[in-house]
Amino acid sequence: MPGVAVGEIVRVLADDPAAANDIPAWCRMKGQEFVAADGHAFDVRRVL
Amino acid sequence: MDYTGDPAGAHAYLDAASAAPLHPVAREALLASLADGWADPARLYAAGRRAQQLRDASTAVVAEILGVRADELTFWPSGTAAAQAAVLGGLGGRKRAGRVLVHSAIEHSAVLHAARAAEAVEVGVDRLGRLDLDAWAAAVRGDGVALASLIGASHEVGTIQPVAAAAELCAEAGVPLFVDAAQVVGRAELPAGWSLLSASAHKWGGPPGVGVLVVRKGVRWLSPYPQDDLYRPGPPGSLGLPQVVAAAASLRAAAGEAAAEAVRLSALVDRIRERVAATVPDVEIVGDPVGRLPHLVTFSCLYVDGEALLHALDRHGFAVSSGSSCTSSTLRPSHVLEAMGVLSHGNVRVSLHRETTEADVERFLTVLPGLVADIRAEAGL
Repeated sequence: MPGVAVGEIVRVLADDPAAANDIPAWCRMKGQEFVAADGHAFDVRRVL
Repeated sequence: MDYTGDPAGAHAYLDAASAAPLHPVAREALLASLADGWADPARLYAAGRRAQQLRDASTAVVAEILGVRADELTFWPSGTAAAQAAVLGGLGGRKRAGRVLVHSAIEHSAVLHAARAAEAVEVGVDRLGRLDLDAWAAAVRGDGVALASLIGASHEVGTIQPVAAAAELCAEAGVPLFVDAAQVVGRAELPAGWSLLSASAHKWGGPPGVGVLVVRKGVRWLSPYPQDDLYRPGPPGSLGLPQVVAAAASLRAAAGEAAAEAVRLSALVDRIRERVAATVPDVEIVGDPVGRLPHLVTFSCLYVDGEALLHALDRHGFAVSSGSSCTSSTLRPSHVLEAMGVLSHGNVRVSLHRETTEADVERFLTVLPGLVADIRAEAGL
């Protein structure tokens, strides 16, 4: 995340069964924006 | 793993929500009734009458503590068996109404497995793990609802559910409510308004192998199992009478201690909630901080493998459980944590009991931050 500019989107690829729950939870805890999920792909926007 | 700086202390068992250590009263009662209560209570000779007396006295004690009639209560081979009998028998008794089971998203897996026998309608919870009462109201008013099921308080995060309000909505809709009270009985006040209730003796300090099922008068319940000659609805087969006697004796003891223990343990839980949040970075303390069970607290740590943390704590003498996916039999994250939308990684559930001391909790709070930091360091964070 430190290498990502504010406003940019990172696509996380994860087949961990907990990812669908834990990536949005990570965003909430770290103040980042969860954009969308599509299968094993999760988009996160850096806002802080 | 660095052991230096680990304060000396005895092993601390902090998983009462899985099984509380046997209450000393239960041990005494178990040994006495192994000698005295082994005969078949249905037989008409002296040893049989003695067994019958023990069974009836145990039933009366548990019924009195739960505030129900003795003939509304049966003992089952486990809390799981009792909960599943409640669901299946409750559905069976209401076949004519339909085959829909409305249940919260945070029921015990035993109830969710039984729910597969029905058309299940799941009702969600909020971030703190509290039932969505508006969605519940709509669900129980739906077509073909035979039964509703709501856990009394979450066994995973401790949040107490609005049972009385949910029960009122069920009553308005003419739907019986089953409450799984495994974590409540012997620790907190029972809510009002339910039709069926189950509990489990080894959660209150009784022996394993005893479940309790209450079916209130006027509630239709059909046994899902083959019945005996006299059609006395209940579990098939012989009762584990010595365990039942021990369960009843320990419930009386636990209920007598419950108010004082709730105050003592709740203060320790508050201390854990505050100190873990203050001393462990990137941690989420989950569940309702106020409307909760007195003895149970759950938290999740970012960038920590739940299994690794469980093992690290075990090596330092602490027994806790976890809802992280890698620690579960299904390799899925806990459905309760998922329903709440809280982090499931690095999850730890700590549940206290009458033998838990302040020193146990202090040692846990001293050791935990270092263990979390070590696991994160090993992962390169």
